[in-house]
This record gives sequence, C-alpha cells and structure tokens, in this order.
Amino acid sequence: MLEMQNQVLIPPPQFALILDRLAHQLIEHHDFSETDLVGLQPRGSRLAERLTARLKELLPEANVRCGKLDATFFRDDFRTHAKPLSPNVNDMEFDVEGRHVVLVDDVLFTGRTIRAGLDALLAHGRPNSVALAVLIDRRFSRELPIEPNYIGKHIDSIGAQHVKVEWAEEHGVDQVILLNEKPQ
Amino acid sequence: MSENQTLSSPHLLGIRGLSREDIDLIHATATEFKDVLNRPIKKVPSLRDFTVANLFFENSTRTRLSFELAEKRLSADVVNFSAAGSSVKKGETLVDTVNNILAMKVDMVVMRHPHPGAHQFLASKIDVPIVNAGDGTHEHPTQALLDTFSLRESLGQDLTGKNIAIVGDIQHSRVALSNLLALQRLGANVRVCGPETLVPRHLRELGVEVSHDLDETVQWADALNMLRIQMERQGPDDSVRFFPSLREYTMRFGLTMERLEQASRPLTIMHPGPINRGVEITSEVADSEHAIILDQVENGVAVRMAVLYLLAQRRG
Repeated sequence: MLEMQNQVLIPPPQFALILDRLAHQLIEHHDFSETDLVGLQPRGSRLAERLTARLKELLPEANVRCGKLDATFFRDDFRTHAKPLSPNVNDMEFDVEGRHVVLVDDVLFTGRTIRAGLDALLAHGRPNSVALAVLIDRRFSRELPIEPNYIGKHIDSIGAQHVKVEWAEEHGVDQVILLNEKPQ
Repeated sequence: MSENQTLSSPHLLGIRGLSREDIDLIHATATEFKDVLNRPIKKVPSLRDFTVANLFFENSTRTRLSFELAEKRLSADVVNFSAAGSSVKKGETLVDTVNNILAMKVDMVVMRHPHPGAHQFLASKIDVPIVNAGDGTHEHPTQALLDTFSLRESLGQDLTGKNIAIVGDIQHSRVALSNLLALQRLGANVRVCGPETLVPRHLRELGVEVSHDLDETVQWADALNMLRIQMERQGPDDSVRFFPSLREYTMRFGLTMERLEQASRPLTIMHPGPINRGVEITSEVADSEHAIILDQVENGVAVRMAVLYLLAQRRG
C-alpha cells in the first residue's frame, strides 16, 4: 500500500484569512464591553492571543481581555490516560462572573477537553454565556454533545490521523498540517 | 514546565528517595496548585474517585489539617485514623491495621508514625502509595518540600550556592534531616547550628557544616530555618536534659531582633511550627517582614496537593 503523505490543510495565506474572518465573526456578535476571550492551554491560548491582537486593531476603543485557562486538573481521564498529565500555567487575571466568554481552542476533536475547560472556567465565576471558537473542527469524531459557534475550517479525518497547528512564533510559519499518525 | 513527567518512586518515604528532577516536578506542580488555591472556587476534581486514609500514630495538628485540606481540595474522599482509642491499643500490628483499612478500598495512605522506617517497612507489605507525614526523628519529607518551595519563592528559584542554616534541636528533629537533604539536592550550602548536645555527631558525614555559634551563623546565612525545642522529647516532667536551662538556650540560640540586625544583609526566617515564642525565636522576629512562616503554611497545602496528585497519577 502506498504511504500517504502528510498534507498541508491550511497554507499560510489561507490561515491569515481565516484568523481575520474569525475576528470579524466575533465582532458581529460581541462588542467586547462584556465579553472576554479565554484560550485553553496549551495550544488554544496562542489562537486566543492572535484573535485578541486582531480584535484590538479592529476595535481600538474596546478593552479586549484575554485569559489562559488550564483544564488539566479537570480532565476525566486523569487516572486512565496513557501518559501522566502535566499542568500548564493558568493565567486568568479577571473573574468571568456575569460576563460573556468565548472559549478558544485550536482543534476540536472528541470534545472532552472543552468539557473539562467548561468546568475549569466555572472556578473563575459564573459567566452569563459561553461560546466556543475553534480553528479546526474535526467533524464526526465527537464523544460529547459539544459544538463550536465559530469555526475556522471543517475537516473530515479518521481517528488515527493527527491535526497539527503550527504557529509563526514557534514553528516559523502559520499553517495546519494533517499527519497520518500521531507524533510521539 | 516540560510535559508528561512523573515521579521516580511510587511512594514518598523520604527526601532520600527523591532526585533533583522529582523535587523540581513537585515544586512546578505545586505552583499550579497554589494558583488553584487563590481562585474563587479552590477545588479541582482530579482525585474524585480516590480515597485517602490519614493514619496518625503520633499527634499532629498542622500537618494533619494540611494533608486533609490538600486531599479535599483535590476532591478525594478522606478517612482519618488516630492511634488514641484504636485497636492499636489492643495489640494489633501495623500491617494488620493498615491491611484492614485497605480492605475497605482505600487508594493511598498518608501516615505519621513514631518509629523511624515504619513507612519503608509498610511499603514492602502493601501495594498502594504511601506518603510519609513524619516517622519519629527520621524524616518529614513534605515539610522539607514546602520549606524549599517557600525558600525558592523568597530567594529565587536557583538555590545554588545559597547559604541556609538550620538552627536549634537538630538531634530530635525530623524536619532537620529532610530539609538538609532537600537543600543539598537543590545545590544550597547547608549548615546546622545548635548546642553540642543537640547536634548528632555523624552529621558532618552528610557534607553539612556544623556550628555552635548563632551570631557567626547569622553573618554567614541567606536564610535561617529555626527549629522548635521539642520539650516532649527532652525528658519527663518538662525537665530539660540537653542544656542547663531554657533561659540559657535562649541566650545562646534564641533569634532576637538584635541578633538579626547584626547581619550584613536581610535574612529570610523560617519556622516549621509550632513556635515557642520567646524560646527559639522572639515574637518580634516571628512577626517581622522577613519571616515567611505563614507562607510556609499556605504553601504546605499546595505542595501536599502536588505530592498526592503526582503519586495518584503514577498508579493510573
């Protein structure tokens, strides 16, 4: 059987367009006087930072706040996960009591990380509403009834494949790659 | 923090069994738990299907409370046991007592025991993680982990070359041995300071300096860990056997403001509690800005959460 090549799902030009579109979609629904962005650690917070930077350009008057939320301690696979789970920095400088929150993650797959993220978020107050923004939605692989409100791109993939989001800050270029197997 | 690390040992029996990497991992995890403890809701569900037995064969207030809070903040179920009024008094052996408790589906044991090595012995007989909450005059690893965690907050993460003195009753202190081992793992220079009768002879073999002069030690040190004079281990009837009188001890080894002011730089002052105010440390010093005594207590819960979390995960 021919081995399938790793495939670039989103090249850099399209990546920039998608970020821009997501920022505009957020503005369509939020004026950011009562809305905060919360990125899920470790990889969702990068997307949240990028969106925050773009929102600040688009809405110079608004005070767009961005938190980093770590859901490690709230996961449901703590004792069954193959590898130990190490926590990341939790950097929430504000309470979300009475606020609208847009939870941000890079790839939505089974939905379990978002479930843990919702629990972790409640430790910082009771938000009025929570929406979900993701760069990649891997359809047909959900294990929980969780659906995103803002989606960069839908992807149909099989479970063994792995979607890797690369960022200019870490990898030198913004792009999304589909790997045929999960990297070790 | 690097990903997916785990402790090298299935138990926490003492600092002796920990590597530098283990201590760094516990401290890094404790930093995240300290953040949890400062949130509006100070609780996470990590250990919600987990039961911890706190077995205290020796008295404790602070350590027991601290462990119990740490367990509850992690959502574990907790059962408490103290030797007073138990079947231990009826002649049951340690292994029988613990096996009876484990038969009730307990996942982890936190134990304080008067006999040094009791935990080591038990670890060879049962297969759940054991956390040493103090074994006689031997080790008290979580105290050393929280002391070094607090020191790193105060003096900076890198303790290499820092001068740390442990002052007072070294002979009867489990805190002293665990602390000096942990400090050495982290690269600090360790000195013990106390009366000749309260410093064990073999201590120099562990590579620590020994001093009997507090004034000179104050000049040398970046931080002082003031240990309690353990009246209960001195002798019957509140008599003191290891020095002529409490007054003389305080004259030579009590930390006063006057002594501290002779130091060329500000010192960090620690005390594992409970404090004998006016004996090993004056109230003025204990309540001063240089004392991190209450930070130690606060950090104790976060550090114990980290230990429980990492050991529970190792089983998973």
